[in-house]
Amino acid sequence: MISNIPTTESDLNKTNNSVGLVEKKFFTFGESPDELVLDNGSRLGPITLAYETLGSLNADRSNAILVLHALSGDSHMAGYYALSDPKPGWWDSMIGPGKGINTDQYFVVCSNILGSCMGSIGPSSINPATGRPFGLNFPVVTIGDMVKTQKALIDHLKIPKLLAVIGGSIGGMQVLEWTVRYPEMMAAAVPLATTAKHSALAIAFNEVARQAIMADPNWNHGDYYDGDKPNLGLAVARMIGHITYLSDEAMRRKFGRQLQDKSDFSFNFDADFQVESYLRYQGKKFVERFDANSFLYITKAADYFDIGRQHGEGSLAKAFAKAQARFMIVSFTSDWLYPTYQSKSLVKALKKNNLEVSFCEIEAEWGHDAFLLPSDRLTLLIKGFLNRQTHEGRI
Amino acid sequence: MRFDLQIIASWITPGAKVLDLGCGEGDLLSFLKEQKQVYGTGIECQESKVAQCIAAGLPVLQGDINSEVEDYPDKAFDYVILSQTLQQVFDPEKLIHAMLRIGGQAIVSFPNFSHWRNRLQLLTTGYAPKNRQLPFEWYNTPNIRVITLNDFRRFARLAGFTILKEVAINTDHHNEDGNIINHLAGLRATYGIFMIGKGH
Repeated sequence: MISNIPTTESDLNKTNNSVGLVEKKFFTFGESPDELVLDNGSRLGPITLAYETLGSLNADRSNAILVLHALSGDSHMAGYYALSDPKPGWWDSMIGPGKGINTDQYFVVCSNILGSCMGSIGPSSINPATGRPFGLNFPVVTIGDMVKTQKALIDHLKIPKLLAVIGGSIGGMQVLEWTVRYPEMMAAAVPLATTAKHSALAIAFNEVARQAIMADPNWNHGDYYDGDKPNLGLAVARMIGHITYLSDEAMRRKFGRQLQDKSDFSFNFDADFQVESYLRYQGKKFVERFDANSFLYITKAADYFDIGRQHGEGSLAKAFAKAQARFMIVSFTSDWLYPTYQSKSLVKALKKNNLEVSFCEIEAEWGHDAFLLPSDRLTLLIKGFLNRQTHEGRI
Repeated sequence: MRFDLQIIASWITPGAKVLDLGCGEGDLLSFLKEQKQVYGTGIECQESKVAQCIAAGLPVLQGDINSEVEDYPDKAFDYVILSQTLQQVFDPEKLIHAMLRIGGQAIVSFPNFSHWRNRLQLLTTGYAPKNRQLPFEWYNTPNIRVITLNDFRRFARLAGFTILKEVAINTDHHNEDGNIINHLAGLRATYGIFMIGKGH
């Protein structure tokens, strides 16, 4: 524990300006014969979820907020596992004492999604039937399946009703799924930079990314855990992802046609341009922490997501007929992965059901990534919206 | 709060469901919520104002009032309010019909173009009137409709709306204080406020 005594100024900042030290927790359920029945009809169990909790649950257990992460995220939403950690959790700018999601006020829960590789069960976990990693024997899971496991965790934590469910991108899809699958379980819902169904554009990018992984000889039909990993394929997949997270404007401002550490073209196929170097770096960094098979499974779950088809016989308005939550939907002007029109179709469906919906399109140049970047506007929106649920909520 | 909004607020029954079109920074909605336990929501096109409303705990959505009113079910609200915006609406008849479909009653307010000061300015100077209620030049005004109290009454009759209540007011230059005008309102009132219902 030596590393957890603040010794430098930056260590002190970590304890002052953030929720401080946090730990990764685990919850296992679905032992035989109570396995989870998945949307594809198969059974999976036992299921382990990694999760993090911040703040404390109040006496009447009414101040709990569930945060849902995106594709490559994890349960580590804020704070530090150890003071020596170079970076805090992925949404530390939003979650902490006095922040948008105030941990002095709320009990905040985040679990790693089903199919991921950050502590929850996924294709890289050991299959109890064989003693080896699942690989492609892991069932194809859906956003709905992820939400079912999160419900089991919330029940385990004895939370009768959530104050709010909040998430962006694929996390936002989970928010939407929560509101129709367990409508009585939350007072409010905050889907950020997300969509009611994956568009052809979004599916197309995911498919190219998956093809990059599957074309890597090391992928070996998903059976690579004993040898070299399909790092090249996964790196290319991540590079494609990063293009979709930015925008024309963001790339123009961030990179333009600037060359990387050189004054003229190299006339070979090294990374001449800064944008090339950036993508290569992002790809390389990603393979150190992420599993290629998890990438395949989670992107497939996102592609299958279509809440109107799943819950409304093809009608988005019908799907939300069951919902009860108060909604706040936020989109970002330069997000071309889930453009504003997709958020507006959600707004429309909610209005048709006479549900309360707030909506704000934030002017932002950083594309889809904007929902994760520190933003005073988003912070004030979330803070004000949550504050209202606390004072006027129907919990 | 603006004087016309004070009058509008006095017309709203406590506990009602209200939609405020072009709600701005949410002054009326906040007032109705605190003073009359009204459940109010708003539509506003400017991101910064929308954000201010939501941050203050008001349910408001960003969008264009002309299209946003279409998505609500019939009779979703008791009152639908359009304050000082009618003069900027491209198709007032369509919008008011939509307001009366989604709400029991509609309330509109607008600057009265036939105020004596406007008449005098036009008569004596030959220029389009410019004053505190209409502070723009013809080439940069957002006000694309010129409406007088008489115009609105005739419009209601022709379009098939019933005027249930009407008040003409004269306000101070901050628009926060004012008085109700009972005589010669067409000449003396700076604003008209009307509550309308469906049919004659």
